[in-house]
Amino acid sequence: MSTTNNEREVILSVRHVDVAFDVGGKKKFKAVSDANFDIYRGETFALVGESGSGKTTLGRAVIRINPCTAGEILFNGERISGKISKQQDRNVIRNIQMIFQDPAASLNERATIEYCISEGLYNFHLYKDNEDRIAKVDKALEDVGLLPEHKSRYPHEFSGGQRQRVGIARAMIMEPQFIIADEPISALDVSIRAQVLNLMNKLKKEKNLTYLFIAHDLSVVRFIADRIAVIHLGKIVEIAESEDLFKYPVHPYTISLLSAVPMPDPIIEKNRDSIVYNKEEDDPNAAPREMREIRPGHFVYANDEDMVAFEKRLEKLESYHAE
Amino acid sequence: MAEKRIVLSAKDVEVKFRVRQNYLTAIRNVSLDLYEGETFAIVGESGSGKSVFTKTFTGMLESNGRITNGSIMFYGRSATDPTTGEQVENPGIDLVKLVKDKDWEGIRGAKIATVFQDPMTSLNPIRTIGSQIVEVIEKHQKISKQEAKEQAINMMSRVGIPNAADRFDEYPFQYSGGMRQRIVIAIALSCHPEILICDEPTTALDVTIQAQIIKLIKDLQKELGFTTIYITHDLGVVAKVADRVGVMYGGQIVEYGTAEDIFYDPKHPYTWALLSSLPQLGVKGEDLYYITGTPPSLFNKIVGDSFAPRNPKALQIDFVKEPPFFQVSETHFAKTWLLDPRAPELEKPEVIHDLHGKIEQMTGKGGAFYVDDE
Repeated sequence: MSTTNNEREVILSVRHVDVAFDVGGKKKFKAVSDANFDIYRGETFALVGESGSGKTTLGRAVIRINPCTAGEILFNGERISGKISKQQDRNVIRNIQMIFQDPAASLNERATIEYCISEGLYNFHLYKDNEDRIAKVDKALEDVGLLPEHKSRYPHEFSGGQRQRVGIARAMIMEPQFIIADEPISALDVSIRAQVLNLMNKLKKEKNLTYLFIAHDLSVVRFIADRIAVIHLGKIVEIAESEDLFKYPVHPYTISLLSAVPMPDPIIEKNRDSIVYNKEEDDPNAAPREMREIRPGHFVYANDEDMVAFEKRLEKLESYHAE
Repeated sequence: MAEKRIVLSAKDVEVKFRVRQNYLTAIRNVSLDLYEGETFAIVGESGSGKSVFTKTFTGMLESNGRITNGSIMFYGRSATDPTTGEQVENPGIDLVKLVKDKDWEGIRGAKIATVFQDPMTSLNPIRTIGSQIVEVIEKHQKISKQEAKEQAINMMSRVGIPNAADRFDEYPFQYSGGMRQRIVIAIALSCHPEILICDEPTTALDVTIQAQIIKLIKDLQKELGFTTIYITHDLGVVAKVADRVGVMYGGQIVEYGTAEDIFYDPKHPYTWALLSSLPQLGVKGEDLYYITGTPPSLFNKIVGDSFAPRNPKALQIDFVKEPPFFQVSETHFAKTWLLDPRAPELEKPEVIHDLHGKIEQMTGKGGAFYVDDE
């Protein structure tokens, strides 16, 4: 079920964004460079990479925690990076919410669940009266599969999976359009991961949400994402629809990442080795690279020379799948 | 393969913790035979008791915990009789009988070593890497400082630290997460243990680094011939490393067998549930299977099959009587009434039928994601 890009409405547009940090003196460390992609309304867009790849930095740039040093970010067509009015700033906070990796660390352990979930409502006065607020909290709890009577409890009284649900309820109560989920299931047990993924999918359908799903595990992302961007050392190296990326991976880093994720299959696992990707092997004098479309909707970071190799690989993959 | 030697044999081990005037039974009569040179993986959710169980092998239970029943015989390598030159079976030591720290000397660290999840907490942040390795070597071997240093540097290069001699005097913070875990492995292996317990050794690491660490442990195992116990909740990692697998739930091993037995022919409903909830097997647009409810409280006495309350297809007897282990094949055992001849025929869930076929469809033949050989 692939629609062409022009039919779909862009909700978030990341245009040639750089994020750099000062590292003493005049030195700057570029954590993200030249990130350039659109996210369409209603899709789940995954950003996948190892730690230090800049995936979280980019997510935080969207929600204005990290300032962009170059480029701009548009939300519903309006620029939300750089200097914007206070009204717009509140608008961003209201409409873009975050779900964090560690549900224990992201909840105030001395506050009741009721307060944790209401916090956004308080900040934005999004309730008529106290009754209305409580009704909203109850609804949010119900949406994530918890009970209204849970709201007088404290975070430590919940299991990891339940706490992550509270984290989700906290984001959902703001009725956002866009959610950045930063490794939302990495800290959870296998059996609970499935519950949280199902919940995220259910809420997405019910509330027509758009997700930016940040993860390091490609195999999980395959299930939840519509499109996947692979990021390596601050550069996005490949973007494709999720099935395409698994079927036709062309960038060597993507392949190395795919090969590193252990699959739950002993026959396969015992017979394959992971492929190591060594960026240092890159020739510093190589022609500059940019994102190029290799298949419809499938982009890869390459120069002319790379393209020859990538196209050859793609051809092989296509003939393999044609069999 | 010749007759397999048992290096460690746990029988009916029960562990209780005293928590606020109450007793919590963390391990309920677990038995396990560990064969020389194998990799045995223990999988289970958090709280299933997988770490507690293996901590009994090194006497590292928290101070409020006690082994209240059973025996853990450690045989170790067979010795050579000095007069006849024949291989003599080691009579073995019952680890349960060791109480004082002094008793454990010569076993903990020396014969049975552990690699923990978080390398930052197992290393001392204010001492150099080198001194921390040397410390262990000097403790267990009577050799000079210079020799110990040489051994340490040798061990460092063996676990893949480039320029080991130069990095000897560096501190843990100067190492990356993966490098730190390599150091922890180097420390654990520096006294040539016979059993290496890896407690979630890669959970805190990136996938690419995880692949490297797993490979490192595997290579070293081949080279040094130790036996590995691998504790993890990641079934992908299990598939990669394990010769045999034990599935733990509610303080018991509920099913064990070779990796192939467990992945392709699981028998226990809990193993079914665990495999079915893998996101890798998910079909887009459909809900993933998940296990309802919560694990049993270990404060109460568990009646019947501990998984029954969460198992929608539980039999009546599951709530009444605890199932014994049924033998499925020479290597495969499962603790479920479903294997009783009187039980109704119940097929494993559709999702995990032809697991190998499904995964292969995803990854291509051999799981290579169709990478060119060039």
